[in-house]
Amino acid sequence: MAADEEELSINEQAISASEDEEGSDDERKHKKLLEAISSMGSRKRKKQNERSEASVQVSEFFVNAEGTGEKVNLSDLLGTVEKTSGASNKTKKQLRNLQSSKETLELPLNKQQTEKIQRGIAYEKTAAEVSCWRNIILQNQKAEQMVFPLNQESPGPKRVEQVVAGWKVQTPLEQEIFRLLHINSQPVDDPVLTPVEEQSLKAMSLEEAKIRRAELQKARALQSYYEAKAKREKKIKSKKYHKVQRKAKCKDFLKQFDEMVKTNPEGALEELKKMELSRMEERMSLKHQNSGKWAKSKAIMAKYDDSARKAMQEQLQMNKDLTQKIVVPSDDEHESNEEGLETIPDFVNDSEPVIDSVNPWMRGQLTHEEPEVSCVTTEDVQTAEEENEEEELVGEFERKRKLRQADEEDLIPTEEEQPASEVVEEDVVEVSDKEEEDDDDDDEEEEEEDVSEFNTLFRLMRSEKTLEEDEEGLLNEGQIRVRNIEDLEVLGEFVDPQPIAEPSLPRTAAVEATSEPPYKKKREIDLKEVLTKEAKAVKVPFLPTVVDEEERDEQISIIKEAFAGDDVISDFIKDKSKLEAAGRPEVVDLTLPGWGEWGGVGLKPSRWKRKRFRIKTAPPPPRQDQKLPDVIISENRNASVASHQVSQLPFPFQNTAQFESSIRTPIGPTWNTQSVVKNMTKPKVITKMGAIIEPMVKEDFIKNKTTTPGGKGPAIMLGENKRAKEGTKRSSEKHRGRRSQKRRK
Amino acid sequence: HQSAYESDNIKVLCRNPDDYVRETTRDIQRVPRNYDPTLHPFEVPREYTRALNATKLERVFAKPFVASLDGHRDGISCITKHAKSLSTVISGACDGEVKLWNLPRQECLRTVQAHEGFVRGICSRFCGTSFFTVGDDKTIKQWNLEAPGYGVREEPINTILGKAVFTGIDHHQRESTFVTCGQTVDIWDEQRSSPIRSFSWGVDSFSCVRYNPVETELLASCASDRSIVLYDTRESAPLRKVIMQLRSNTLCWNPMEAYYFTCANEDYNLYTYDIRHLDVPVTVHMDHVSAVLDVDYSPTGREFVSASFDKTIRIFPKDKGHSREVYHTKRMQHVICVRWSADNKYVLSGSDEMNIRLWKANASEKLGLLSTREKAAAHYNKKLIEKFQHHPQVRRIARHRHLPGDILKQKREQREMKEARRRREQNVRKHSKPGSVPLLTEKEKHVAAVVE
Repeated sequence: MAADEEELSINEQAISASEDEEGSDDERKHKKLLEAISSMGSRKRKKQNERSEASVQVSEFFVNAEGTGEKVNLSDLLGTVEKTSGASNKTKKQLRNLQSSKETLELPLNKQQTEKIQRGIAYEKTAAEVSCWRNIILQNQKAEQMVFPLNQESPGPKRVEQVVAGWKVQTPLEQEIFRLLHINSQPVDDPVLTPVEEQSLKAMSLEEAKIRRAELQKARALQSYYEAKAKREKKIKSKKYHKVQRKAKCKDFLKQFDEMVKTNPEGALEELKKMELSRMEERMSLKHQNSGKWAKSKAIMAKYDDSARKAMQEQLQMNKDLTQKIVVPSDDEHESNEEGLETIPDFVNDSEPVIDSVNPWMRGQLTHEEPEVSCVTTEDVQTAEEENEEEELVGEFERKRKLRQADEEDLIPTEEEQPASEVVEEDVVEVSDKEEEDDDDDDEEEEEEDVSEFNTLFRLMRSEKTLEEDEEGLLNEGQIRVRNIEDLEVLGEFVDPQPIAEPSLPRTAAVEATSEPPYKKKREIDLKEVLTKEAKAVKVPFLPTVVDEEERDEQISIIKEAFAGDDVISDFIKDKSKLEAAGRPEVVDLTLPGWGEWGGVGLKPSRWKRKRFRIKTAPPPPRQDQKLPDVIISENRNASVASHQVSQLPFPFQNTAQFESSIRTPIGPTWNTQSVVKNMTKPKVITKMGAIIEPMVKEDFIKNKTTTPGGKGPAIMLGENKRAKEGTKRSSEKHRGRRSQKRRK
Repeated sequence: HQSAYESDNIKVLCRNPDDYVRETTRDIQRVPRNYDPTLHPFEVPREYTRALNATKLERVFAKPFVASLDGHRDGISCITKHAKSLSTVISGACDGEVKLWNLPRQECLRTVQAHEGFVRGICSRFCGTSFFTVGDDKTIKQWNLEAPGYGVREEPINTILGKAVFTGIDHHQRESTFVTCGQTVDIWDEQRSSPIRSFSWGVDSFSCVRYNPVETELLASCASDRSIVLYDTRESAPLRKVIMQLRSNTLCWNPMEAYYFTCANEDYNLYTYDIRHLDVPVTVHMDHVSAVLDVDYSPTGREFVSASFDKTIRIFPKDKGHSREVYHTKRMQHVICVRWSADNKYVLSGSDEMNIRLWKANASEKLGLLSTREKAAAHYNKKLIEKFQHHPQVRRIARHRHLPGDILKQKREQREMKEARRRREQNVRKHSKPGSVPLLTEKEKHVAAVVE
């Protein structure tokens, strides 16, 4: 500080010296003295460089730092400002305020700091710019299939316009030419045609025009002809003629309606509505009542005249017909119709019963599912007759598969869930049974009917069945039940009818096991008898899937021999109950005598104690075969299979169901049509053989960033581009129009 | 389409000949199929068996090695692909020799004594007419890709004498500029003999520099102070620097994803970074048991191949932490450079023992033209393997690879070391104030600092 002050004083001296033109010797001496004194100080004063920045390159070492220590005070400025009259009061005020504040401006940042900031800004900028790829990258990552090289051009020759597109006007000559072309609104691009030429191109060829004219002529002639005919008919006065006409029309309409119900249900519905309307009108009016003049007269005449009576009756009948509510054809009818239409009902294809009869111990789930499947198909066929065949087929199979898989999953055929299937199955049974029973009765009928005309027979049986059910309901039910759960013929007659209600009854495994097994009676089952019945039962005409009768007999005899002394069924039941018992939780008795009470011979622990210390473990989850009395499903872990099974849920899946469904859908050509397989197995990346895959090009993917501002675009544009531009123009015009409309409003 | 026509007592089945008649005699017999699922039961077990068989066959047919190109008289130091021709490859050796190879014929087309000392880097010009080499003799040389006429000496089109050794070179995708690295990162115009731009940050030298193939103004370089530096040629200063625990040898940009690059590190790992978030790598790719020396992306940007000092090359999916494939042969020594061919079919590796090896990128892929049915079967098999990939047997077979004993031993050793380190860290954490020893993920461990 001291040095500064000295300097200041020196400066002042210098100024004063310069001001004083005369400059006495004394003063000069005094100055020298002062300099000498100051130079004697501990700090050696540097020689001050002159500040000269004329050269381009300025070294930081040559820059004069004169006056760094000095501070220009605001008061210096203020002094002059106060004096000048032009300065506004506001600035003066601001300056005064500044003067009062003590803060000083910061020094400029050093080089490292500034560079760091620069880098930071540059980085932010680049990062933001690069982020524009985000969407494209994400999209490509998610894409099911990528084809490389990207942006492949379509093979084949290009249009001239495409090749020329992108070419820019460069030389002055070209500019001049294009200017001229534009002025005269000559087309430069795309179809190099004038508007007139375009129109002429759009026009039809001569031949086409001729054909079209001939068509038109013909149509006109036909029209006039029909008009004339209608007029002629209208002029006919005969009432009878019109009556006949009307009736014929009515008949025709009815016929059409019947057909329509089958082919075009929507149209039929509309027709129905119309009919409903006419019915309402009829009900409102008294047109065909016997209150009219004509009717009254006829009523009088009716006593004596037969024809009058008839006419009366006819009219009343008409009234009745018209006012009768139209019954919508029910689903059952439909079904029966459908079945009638089919050449052979689906269940006939079922080879299951035969297999069962041969080997009643092998019961797969499939036996149960097939009829159900067939039922579904019939319904489906109804709904989607006109739809695309193959797609429909595939979809259908998919549905079937799902159904089947669902069944496999629960392994519990809940009868309530599948009433439709049951119905069909019942039918099957009925047919077979009835055939054997009523053979003699129906002989004649059968002769009459063609054997292959199974459907009629089937329908007949069905109707009979409903009758019979009332008569011998119990037995029938039993049959049904058995067939549902097991091979229909084997256990058919012997199983109680009770189990029919099984699914509805809340029966637990424990109850089943503890209660006396209802199968005890079945020990009396004579296999031979059952099997012989079986053989008879299958008299239904089967498709070629059926085994020959001889063969079947042979097999049956073999099985009979093999199981001659065994009571297989009871063994099975025993096994099952054993398994169930093994799975049941045991009660652990932890009561200790003597604790808390007297103990000794003849004394039992008290009841509360026994109750308290008998621990029941929680029951295990219900067995899978709980509701399947004739199936044993082992729930033990199978070591040989376990090595092939997935033990943990793999990563992208969130639950087991998801994973299982991903595994369940087959992708092979055995189960799917070719196109589906192709679609399902398409690879993620496709590369073209021998083609160089270039890196992405920014211009191809990020368009808005690279489009040049107007005026610098290509001189020749593609037609599409042009159209797009026009489109934008149009839309903008529209917008403008709307806006103006709004304003007007 | 079967239809029955009925007369009084004769029934005739007639079929549409389109359903069973072949169009040409070379066509396969048409088999009418019924897709009714009841006719084709057990779809899952059957497909599983097929998948298992497909997996086995895939392993049986996995013969990735295609050819070995020998002719160099010293270790291969760098390889580059021809920009326009799939069948041409240029390689440089440690004795300054550069060779041009024809891949389908597996022969050397041309040999040039380009430099004294190592050829440090080669890059091909985007148009495919010339290539550049840099060497230990502080020169950049531009060579014509066409061989000189008979009796004419091999001479570079252009030679630039630099002040310091150049360690790497890369060419711009579309413009006539290239970048070299050494003491600084220099950007050159082909027409000038001095760099038009120089970047430096600190005093360390650089080992690799690469242009971003998509965002063509971006650059990344590996410096010997363990850092990776990003540049933008439009900006006045470098953008940002990541300092890692160990030095990165090379890096490669993803050609399909503009902001990802992968660097090959000395710490046996590869790191994929997103340049927008440099503080943590996106993925750490581990599997090598020695320093990783080179890395190159597949042109599809889905995978990359890495060459390592442990005498193997590995193929990694870009977003997976572990490799899907490892290639090695008895005679292959330290692999110094590796490149993925531009048609995504082959991988080239150059190693210490003077050979360039050509590998298939997909080990079990059948080469050459495939018939439609072959293709369909291959796709189906691939899909099956993918579908059942989580099943233990399929996985076991699909993942089985043979590794040389010493590498296996090293791998085991390293696993042990890693486990020990982890245990130690755990113990330290247990015995210190809660929160004072933070739990770091594998990704966070390897980045020392990000410098702005």
